[in-house]
Amino acid sequence: MSTQKVTPQRSWTSRVRMATIEKFEPEDLLPDHQPAYVASWIYIFGVATLAAFVMLIASGLYLTLEGPAWWHSSKVGHYVNSVHLWSVELFFVFMVVHLWGKFWMAAWRGRRLATWMTGCLAFFASIITGFTGYIIQTNFDSQWIATQAKDGFNAMGIGAFFNTLNTGQAILLHVSLLPLTLGFIVVWHVILVRRKGVVPPIEEGGK
Amino acid sequence: MNRKLSTIDPSKKWNGPVREYDLIKEFVIAVVVVGFLALTLAAVFSSPDEKALTMQSWAKSAPADFVQTTAGELAGTTTSANYGPPYNKNGEGQNIGPINLSKAAGVRIPINPAQSFVIEPLKSQSDSKIQSALSMWSSASAQVQAKWASTYSDALTKDGKSLSLEDPSGKYGPVPTLVTSLYGMASTGALDGALTTSDSTLPTNFTKPLLFLADSGSYFPDKAAAQHLSGDQWGVMNETGSWPGQSWLWLYSLWYQIEPFKSSGNADILVMSLMGVLSLGLLLLPVLPVISRIPYWIPVHRLIWRNWYRRSRE
Repeated sequence: MSTQKVTPQRSWTSRVRMATIEKFEPEDLLPDHQPAYVASWIYIFGVATLAAFVMLIASGLYLTLEGPAWWHSSKVGHYVNSVHLWSVELFFVFMVVHLWGKFWMAAWRGRRLATWMTGCLAFFASIITGFTGYIIQTNFDSQWIATQAKDGFNAMGIGAFFNTLNTGQAILLHVSLLPLTLGFIVVWHVILVRRKGVVPPIEEGGK
Repeated sequence: MNRKLSTIDPSKKWNGPVREYDLIKEFVIAVVVVGFLALTLAAVFSSPDEKALTMQSWAKSAPADFVQTTAGELAGTTTSANYGPPYNKNGEGQNIGPINLSKAAGVRIPINPAQSFVIEPLKSQSDSKIQSALSMWSSASAQVQAKWASTYSDALTKDGKSLSLEDPSGKYGPVPTLVTSLYGMASTGALDGALTTSDSTLPTNFTKPLLFLADSGSYFPDKAAAQHLSGDQWGVMNETGSWPGQSWLWLYSLWYQIEPFKSSGNADILVMSLMGVLSLGLLLLPVLPVISRIPYWIPVHRLIWRNWYRRSRE
């Protein structure tokens, strides 16, 4: 029985390990200190966005467990729906302030383009996810939004594949594919923030 | 804290002064605070829930609008009858320059409004009068059908109030019977079931009733206008009642309020394309020559990092 020679660097597993885990120091992922310049109210909005995301996922899961029409006939359901709505509103407020903050900080400096882009992708994915949430309310608002929005999607040729009037399709997208996609982008974004660190202040002279 | 600002290289790992930080604690506190805020806002302001409209509510609340729209479906004059892809080939869809993406995607959700909204639901009725009207309709040529239906549709619209018109000379053919019968079905709620279960007995797809409802001349749009949801009311970003809606769609909504989009027959594809370009611009903002320099010209960062700058000078 001969021993097969293994080249670890060429295995898929070792390549993934080298491209991911080995890129990080433990204190980068779970830091207990920050650069001294990370001291401003604007930094609150990143973590506030994540906290609102947790709230809307939690309230959304509750609604998912009970079904799409439950909240019309249950007081508890209506309250959970309200929590979901206000979590979404807070999520977008925090995210937009976070985005503006990062713009004025020119936070893409120092090879942080991917961090900026994943943040933008999270914003776009949030808009699409939020939209599908609005068209699965199974009430008048959802009927009107679905019938009006179909024209935009149809004009782009997207309506042939994503039919806003097909409530079942929208429900499945809203509770499965879209939150998974958004969650993946958010995790990717946070990992990039941890890996690259928080962008330092703009130099005097504006470089 | 006497580090010179000019020595900071944003691409290098920070090795300057640091402060204590607890990531887990910060996240937990954020969840508690934001969670409390969401729970409180929900308890105080609740959320809107305007009941969904049905064929039955339409027939009962706006019967004249219902019968006029039904006659319009048979005449092929409604929005959905002339929509084009993805529902049918009766319309051109929208263009941006020479490009027509809806045509390229094709008819993937085939709907013939006269058949889907009127004729097929009526086939479920056993009344001999309805069956004979259906038989007369199906045996006529498309030209004769169109003549009957458009003549009746015009007369109903001109009258404005009547739910059916006398036809002593027979110029409307079976159309008055078909329209009145569908109105009867809608009034009892039978049409709601017939439209939603035509493709599946356990429906989750409401394309047919919603397209039919969207053809309404007054009932559906008037309800929306009363809730400030119409396009000219920035309805895309509104919610029923006084609740906040998708306010993040303000820019998307803005284009529909101004020319050349406002009066363009291709407004939807123009606005969607423009938003696509702007979104790409936001994504690639760091490499855009002028916009990426704005944070340097308008020094909001001086406010954000004011403590750091002050200490550095000291």
